[in-house]
Order: sequence, then C-alpha cells, then structure tokens
Amino acid sequence: MTVFTSKLKKIAIPAIVALVSTGIFAGAAQAAWSPKKPVEFIIMAGTGGGADQIARLLQGLIEKKGLSPRPFIPINKPGGSGGEALRYLKDKAGDDHVVMVTLNSFYTTPIIQKGLGVDPTTFTPIGRMALDTFLLWVNSDQKGITDLDSYVKAVKSAGKNWKVGGTGSGQEDSILTAMMEKEFGYEVTYIPFPGGGTVAKNLIGKHIDSTVNNPAEQNEFYRAGKSKPLVQFTGERMAAYPDIPTAKELGVDIEYYMQRSINGPPGMSKEAQEWYINLFKTLYESEEWQKFCVDDGLDCTEWVAGDDLRAFHAEQITRHTDLINSVGAAAITGE
Amino acid sequence: MGETLGLLAGGLAQAFEPINFTMIIIGCVLGLLVGAMPGLGSVNGVAILLPITFLVPPTAAIIFLAAIYYGAMYGGAISSITLGIPGASTAVATVFDGRPLAQAGKADKALTAAAMASFIGGTISVVLFTLFAPPLAEFALKFGPAEEFALMVLAFATFIGLGGDDIPKTIFSILIGLVLATIGLDIISGQPRLIFFDVSGFLHGINFLVLAIGIYGIGEMLWTLEQTKGEVTVHNVKLSMKEIIKDIKDVKEYIGTTTLGSVLGYFVGTLPAAGATPASLMSYGLAKTFSKQPETFGKGNVSGVAAPEAANNAASTGSMLPMITLGIPGSPTTAILLGGMIIWGLRPGPLLFTEHPEFVWGLIGSLYVANLATLIINLMFIPVFVKILTLPFTILAPTIYILCVVGGYAPTQTMHDVWLMFLFGVVGYLLRKLNYPVAPAVLAIVLGPLAERSLRQSLLSSQGDPMIFLERPISLICILIAVALVLVPVFQKMKRKRKAEQSGQES
Repeated sequence: MTVFTSKLKKIAIPAIVALVSTGIFAGAAQAAWSPKKPVEFIIMAGTGGGADQIARLLQGLIEKKGLSPRPFIPINKPGGSGGEALRYLKDKAGDDHVVMVTLNSFYTTPIIQKGLGVDPTTFTPIGRMALDTFLLWVNSDQKGITDLDSYVKAVKSAGKNWKVGGTGSGQEDSILTAMMEKEFGYEVTYIPFPGGGTVAKNLIGKHIDSTVNNPAEQNEFYRAGKSKPLVQFTGERMAAYPDIPTAKELGVDIEYYMQRSINGPPGMSKEAQEWYINLFKTLYESEEWQKFCVDDGLDCTEWVAGDDLRAFHAEQITRHTDLINSVGAAAITGE
Repeated sequence: MGETLGLLAGGLAQAFEPINFTMIIIGCVLGLLVGAMPGLGSVNGVAILLPITFLVPPTAAIIFLAAIYYGAMYGGAISSITLGIPGASTAVATVFDGRPLAQAGKADKALTAAAMASFIGGTISVVLFTLFAPPLAEFALKFGPAEEFALMVLAFATFIGLGGDDIPKTIFSILIGLVLATIGLDIISGQPRLIFFDVSGFLHGINFLVLAIGIYGIGEMLWTLEQTKGEVTVHNVKLSMKEIIKDIKDVKEYIGTTTLGSVLGYFVGTLPAAGATPASLMSYGLAKTFSKQPETFGKGNVSGVAAPEAANNAASTGSMLPMITLGIPGSPTTAILLGGMIIWGLRPGPLLFTEHPEFVWGLIGSLYVANLATLIINLMFIPVFVKILTLPFTILAPTIYILCVVGGYAPTQTMHDVWLMFLFGVVGYLLRKLNYPVAPAVLAIVLGPLAERSLRQSLLSSQGDPMIFLERPISLICILIAVALVLVPVFQKMKRKRKAEQSGQES
C-alpha cells in the first residue's frame, strides 16, 4: 500500500512542480495581481545573520498566515558585501517574482564599488520593516574590558593586532568600525566573514576580539553569558538593554541605524508592487513581527512604503556618501 | 550519562507518538523523491513543503522537516547511480563509482550500498550527537579561519595523494577547478574577477551543480553515445528479495570505509562553514587513499559509493549541531529548519538544550527513527529504481538530457547557466578522452571559495604571517596529515619501483 501511494506521489509531485514552474496557472486571475510562481526572496547576506533571520521569519509568517498563493523561497547571496545580490536583482529587471531584504550595504556597496554598475534608486521600493540597531560586543572572558574607556585603552595597546570581525568591507559594520577608528584615533585589523552569525561564532571562539553585531546575532550568546555588550549606538537606551549606555551618553557622537527594507528589481509592474506593499504591511502590523522587534531591539514604530521609501533611500544614500567621504573609502576597504 | 539516556528515551518515546511517527514516514518518502529529482534538491523541497508544517504542533513540524532533509540525502544517490546525474550537490561524489556500477549491471548493488552506508552514517552520527553534543559544540568554536584553511588543505591532499592516478594530471585538474572557483565577485573586497566577455552571468560565479551536471550528465551521455553508437545493451536485471538480502550482506566489504566516512562526515558537518558536500568529497578521497585497490575507484568500486553516502548523511546530522547550539545553519536546508524554529519562538543558541529539552531530544529521537524508516523504505524501492535502467536507450538518453537542462536551470533560473552546463559537458567529455580525472576539478570548485576565504581571513588576522597555520595546534595537525597523505603514495611508488628493479636484476 505504501509503495502504491508513494508511486502515485512520485508521479504527482514532479507534475505539480512542473506545472507551477512553467506558470501554467498564469492568467487565472488577471484582475488583481498575485504571484504565479514561487517568489525568490533574496537575502544580501549569509545565513544566520540579522537579515537572514528576518527573511526566514517573514517567509514562515507568509506561509503560516496563508498570505501568498505561492511560496517565498529565501536565497542567500552574500558575495562581495552584497554586490552579488544587488547585481542579481539588477539583472532581474522587470521580474515580478523576486524581492530582496536589504541591509545598509544596499547604499554603501554601490558607492564603494563603482564597477558594479548598480544604482539602488532604480530598484522598486516596497516597504521598510524595521530600523536595526548596533552594539559593541566583546567576549565575556575579556575581564579587563568593562566599559568603553577600558575597551579603547585595550585596542590602543594592541594596535593592528586587535581584530574586529564584520560581514564585509563596505558593509554597515565596517563603516561603523571606521567611524570608531576616526573618533578614537586607533587602527584595527578588520576581518570579513560571510554573515553576522559566523561573526558571532568567531567572537565566542575568540578568533576575533570585538564586533559590532546586531542584537539578533548576539542575544542568545549574551543570555548564555558568553559575550557582553559595552555600548549601544542608538539615540536612547533600548528596552532590551536597559543597563548599557549609549555612545551619546558617553560623549561620543556616533548614532547609527540600519534599515531592513524590502525592495523589488527595477521595472517591477505597478500591480505587483502594490500587492507586495499590502503583503508586507500586513506582516509589519502582525503581532508576531512586532514582538520580534521588541525582543530583538529593532525599531518598528513607523511603516514606510512605496514612494516614501524611495525618498528615504535617496536621503540615506546622501548620508552614506558623506559618511564614506569623511572616513575615507580606503579606511573601509582596508586598502 | 544516565541523564542523557533518560532524555533520549523520552525523545524516542516522543518520536513514536502517532502524529510524530506519521510525519517521519511522510517526510522520509517525500524527501526521497525530492532528493531524487535533479535540481530540486532538499533546499527547494523543504521550502515548498514548509506550509504543511503549520498544520501540526512545532515539534512534529521540525521532525517532519528533518525527515525530509534526511530522506533527500538518501534520495540524492538514486539519480546519481541510475541516471548518472547528481540529484543534489551532496550526491556528486556518489556518481564517481555509482554510475560505472550501474553500467556494469550492478545497480542493485550500488543502491543497496548507498542505502546501507547512509544508514550507518546516519546512525553513527546520531549516536555521536547524543553522547557528545555539548563538547563538540565547544570544539567547533575552536575552529577559526586558520583551522578551516588547514582542513581544506587536508581535503585537497586526499585528492592529490590518490595512488593510481597520474599526479600531474590530478593537479592540473584541481587548478582548473580553482580558476573556475575564482570567477565572480571577490569575497573580501567585492571587486569583479574573471568576468569573461563582460557577460553579467559570470558575476554570480560558477554554480557548482551546473559544473557537476554538465560533466557527469551531459559529458557522460556524449561518451556513452560515442562508445556504443547508440546501441546500448539493455540490462535485464531480475531482482528478487533474495538478491537484495545478499547485497545487504555484502556490507562487510565496505564497513571500514563507511565507518571512517561517517565519523569524518559528522565532524565536517559540525563546522558551520563546511557542510555535507565537502564532507562527501573528502570521504571519497580518503576511501581511495586507504583502499587496497585504489585503481578500481572511478570504475565501479562499491566503497566509492558507500564512503560519500555515509559522509553526507553523517554531515547532515552534524550540521544540526551548529544550528541548535550556535544558531548558524551548516547548510542551506538547515537554514530553512532554522527559519521554522524562529517562527515557533524557539531561539537556537547555547541555551536551547537546557530551556527546551523536550524539543531538542524529540528531534534527536526522531533522527534515530527517521534513519531506520528511510533505510526500509529505500530498500523496498530499489527494484523500482533498477527498472529505470531497463528502459531502451532511445527513451533514457533524451530523458537524461531533459533532466540535465532542468537541473541546470533550476538553481539560478538563468539560461546562462544552461549554456554553461552544455559547455562543461563538452569539456568534460574531451577531458575524459584525454584521460584527465575530472573529480578533482569538481572538488576544487566546491572547496576553492571556502579555502580562499579562510586563507585570506587567516592572513589578515596574522598580518600576513603564514606561520599562523603551524602555530595553532589543530591547524598544525591537519597540515601534517595532509603532508603525509601526499608523501605516502609517492614513497610507496618509489618502493615498488625499486623492488621491481631489484627483482628484475635478480632474474
């Protein structure tokens, strides 16, 4: 019996897959747009990092709530500080079945790597899901380092032997690292890893000395007493970290956020853009998402979508161009 | 220890709860089919089937996903052996010897070996997982970039040190693979490299499956066409339960390599960067190095099927470890499992073992059961799969070409990759005519990016001092073993030569 039903499945599954992938169902509902085949959900970073966790949570919520007739399939494209993903999305121009969850490398990578030929303002803006935050982390075995002052002292005495882990030259964490180098007048060695999760693991394994991970990437290690935050780079102290001072409180003028937004390729159809905006707005307002934001130190107080998001992107590109000019692109790429 | 056994017993009891047990069986069968479809692979399989999991409680859901993952690892071997197309990247090494065995009319033997080795690999790794999860998680943390690079050197050494092959040709093949691996964006600076003719498709790099399907699927077909002029003898395999039982008893032929492959696979799987594909390739290389008849590898040695299959199953269990304890998935499929866990509010990390023991042990218990279930289901299917080979060549060949095109298109969905696949097919055919081994090139394109990244990370952190690889104990041990693996066959050859000369003089 099992053999028989399995034989049936053996025929049925490839048949269904074939039907779905050739889009034979297309044209069934022309009036309101909805996906006709699985949607590629591109993550411009590696597995286990903040963007990855967000994409996988959203994918799960879409399935759980039955919000899309076709599944979303997360695909990691971490190469070249997000350059691989940006270029992929650019080459998918006019495709309604691909969206990407972004980091700030959405702005910085095209500024630093002119050869990539990507202009992020040409992408189709969908919605901003959150503003992510940064903290400075060290391994909890660094007993001598208890606050920002002792950290700066330790880094200065180690000089170039101080290893800061990050997710790639030109990624937001490398910019934040460069901002700190400029502010405190030291120089460190920056080592890129594929994804924030791997960075976290290397901090716990003591292969690097410090990092500026997002809360989602370090929280579980922090709870287990393996790592400790020294300072947060936000305007106000976050609810999740009531005892950790902000840089501003300590008289250091560094405040930095990362947008977590959803964007489509250039030239996505109006109908599709509208469908995705509605989808992600529903997700944004869901109880699960809002709870995730609180637990993980994300700022989810304002929903920004469509043309408003485009304006936000333009403003951020100007800000990042200034930031990169002030610290120097060389400080970021380590050349 | 007593505590662990108590928890495990609880986990096993959970696995046998009706709903969980049903999910295991359905998951294994679906996984088997998903794994057997070239290009579909367990990533897409798990993603497409994710919705089903929302109908059942979280533990049952994760068990279901894990069973699919497990089943797919078994399934990948099926198309590798019967059609010569790797169903998934993890099953590429299975083609090396599985396909020649099938062509020699011994498909049943290869399929049974794959199933048995997968079972042994799965079981050994699950036992290791049960007994040593926390200390191994600590050990995985010790693996920094320097250790990763040393491990990659070790992997390459297993392939250079292959007794029978022509060593210069092997090195040449590895170098071609390494060059192909550097195409795309530089992993550290993000600058484009080797973008031939400014074709933007090259920016995404060379997808490993495209190379493997091209060389093995298309290249192999061209070769067969040339050799037989289309008149392929149909293998009329009559398969009774008796013969399968005899095949099962043959397990003693490859139990040694299988055990070695299982331990290696589990260990490599626990390292977040690696995963099942490098594990299976390394296991194949080691099996050949330690074999008494290395020259029969690649021509249909059962150990050549058993070694990679044991390793890829063991690695798939191994990759659950960094996912559960560190929150870093060891493979794209475990990444989807991770997503599932986050949705149910289970945060992977060092505390998951203590805060949600019922979940962790339920999962481990289900791995034991899934392993046994997949073995039985798989053995039952073997007569069906062997039937595929009795199809006339006029039907089989076009089917294989179509499956190759689908498999080449599916991962990135660009025609660029399909053309590339055909190109690799032709090149693979030519290399074969010139007697170049292609397996090392496949190994190099998988390990190349991993090796490059860890090499550059290590040198960055040591300020360019290569001594970092010799100063760190784990890395030093790996390098020493690698050197030994290269030198031993060379010495053996020299010894044999001298002996031959001596006996020549005496006579």
